[in-house]
Amino acid sequence: MKGGAAMEIWASQLFNGLSYSSFLLLIALGLAITFGLMKVMNMAHGDMIMIGAYVTYSTQLIFSSFMPQNMFDYYFLFSIPIAFVVTACIGWILEKSLIQFLYNRPLDSMLATWGVSLILQQIARTIFGAPNVAVKTPSWLDGGLQIAAVTLPYKRLFILVLVGLCLTGLYVYLYRTAAGRRMTAVTLNRQMASCLGVNTRKVDAGAFALGSGLGGVAGCALTLLGPVGPTVGTNYIIDAFMIVILGGIGNLKGTLIGAVVIGLISTFVEFGSSATIAKVVVFALIILFLQWKPFGLISTRSRALD
Amino acid sequence: MKNISRSSYALLFIFLLCAPLFLHDFRVALLAKFLCFAILAVGICLIWGYTGILSLGHGVFFGLGAYCVAMYLKLEASPTGIPDFMGWSGIVELPGLWKPFANPYFAISAAVIVPVLLALVLGYFTFKNRIRGVYFSLISQALVVVFVTLFIGKQEITGGTNGLTNFSTAFGISLTNRGVQQVLYFITVGFLLLTVAFALWLTKSRAGKLLMAIREGENRVRFLGYNPTSFKVFVYCVSAALAGVAGGLFVLQVGMISPEMMGIIPSIEMVLWVAVGGRYSIFGAVIGAILTNSAKSFFSESYPDFWLFFLGGLFILVVLVMPNGLVGLGKSVGEKITSRIKKKEKEDVQHEAGPYVS
Repeated sequence: MKGGAAMEIWASQLFNGLSYSSFLLLIALGLAITFGLMKVMNMAHGDMIMIGAYVTYSTQLIFSSFMPQNMFDYYFLFSIPIAFVVTACIGWILEKSLIQFLYNRPLDSMLATWGVSLILQQIARTIFGAPNVAVKTPSWLDGGLQIAAVTLPYKRLFILVLVGLCLTGLYVYLYRTAAGRRMTAVTLNRQMASCLGVNTRKVDAGAFALGSGLGGVAGCALTLLGPVGPTVGTNYIIDAFMIVILGGIGNLKGTLIGAVVIGLISTFVEFGSSATIAKVVVFALIILFLQWKPFGLISTRSRALD
Repeated sequence: MKNISRSSYALLFIFLLCAPLFLHDFRVALLAKFLCFAILAVGICLIWGYTGILSLGHGVFFGLGAYCVAMYLKLEASPTGIPDFMGWSGIVELPGLWKPFANPYFAISAAVIVPVLLALVLGYFTFKNRIRGVYFSLISQALVVVFVTLFIGKQEITGGTNGLTNFSTAFGISLTNRGVQQVLYFITVGFLLLTVAFALWLTKSRAGKLLMAIREGENRVRFLGYNPTSFKVFVYCVSAALAGVAGGLFVLQVGMISPEMMGIIPSIEMVLWVAVGGRYSIFGAVIGAILTNSAKSFFSESYPDFWLFFLGGLFILVVLVMPNGLVGLGKSVGEKITSRIKKKEKEDVQHEAGPYVS
């Protein structure tokens, strides 16, 4: 009997870990795409999550005041594409107005995007106020799925499904459509792609918008996990950076594995001890891992030195 | 050019030494705080401006230095021998970690040694594997998150979010005394002078040339037969030590340290000070730290909401418009003026010479 209870705890922890991983993956994918393509590490990516979350909150407010009561439960489904479009537009504007001047200056781009992040946070604070706001979960996401004494909350299942859909969409886009293939080509060899007639500037702007949009979708998912505040993105963005480092650049498979590994380790260590210890352990493990593979899990082999 | 820079250093230090004569006590205390930051900024200038390594985690070294000194001050301020916050968590015996900090000399040397050791370990394990650029910056930022959560989480040992505060004496002398504050101010100026002198000497030396060479092309340095790893670890340790010194001096004068002061945002602001002043110039780092912090205290006194917009805008402005900071701006303005004067002189000469030529 005792063994059975332990199994249940492990199974539900595994499930929690996987759903946290998938959430982190959604954030890290956006970062990995832009970093792999333009070598620009977007420190304002966390704020795309924040904006996505606030868009969800606003959609909820609009639905509760202008829509019939029975429609309210479906606001969440509407908020996902809206959040994607809004954050993608902001990302596109950001690329056109700022990022394009910072190519080949990776360290400076970190500082400049950090400045953008501060401004976005302050704007959010001015509009929505400093205290956290809560988003009401639609009723169809309450409760959970019962599988042999283990309860899987619908919210977390929904996040898993959402991430699965995003991954499939991204895969189809990157490998099955002409625009996505152009993006892959520029990631692999910018100059050659440019010689073959790909408009790399257009691809860059598109990729930045796509990455930001994924951040916005992650923001929607975040509202299911907790309250929303102006600095909510900062809490998750560092983990996402670590995933990009662990996974290696320019490779989405590495990002996927990195997200699963970090999500699972932090969930299990946190369960075994505390959130504080989990942060320390994950950091130490990453440093140790980099001793073995300095360029991440999957790195493109190349003879070039710099 | 050399004379200009020498006289600007002289002017700066004369100003700093005379400041207590004409500034209000409150402003002098603020200035003392900014001078601590200036010491730290010189360290960041060495590692970022000269060596090209962007560390977003110097708040940790600053915090460690500050906590080391603060632990001593806290013990001296606790008549029972156990800091008050430990009593609230029900601890009756002083933890082993705290015991050696009852000795002031141990605490002061730990304020330098602990940051250096951390920098040595982290620097060795990252630079050895040629982890650099953005990767190192992100790792150094993760270090901040680790330390801040650790310091907040281990509340019974570190004082949690409140940090350490309510100090009374150091070496048996009251810290709030006006004379003591002034002496501390001059000690800080002295440390800043030493730091600047050391940094100038280092950058002029062969090692300093190598640091710049690493910034320009690390692999070429490697091919020339030098080992960039040891130089990078060295400069990381130096800047960590300076941050530790800054932290120790800071806590003596400000009288408190909390995890909030070593967090992600303060750490990246430290980089901004250097960027505003001019990342390739030690003088720039010093005035950048003083000016940015003066602006911060001015803005957050009068327009607290506006400050974050200003700060964010400053990051973007410094990167896009003036990558060489105020020093670079001053230099280009100076060059323009001198070239205009020269041009005018030339024209005047031609003018005067005119009639004779024709």
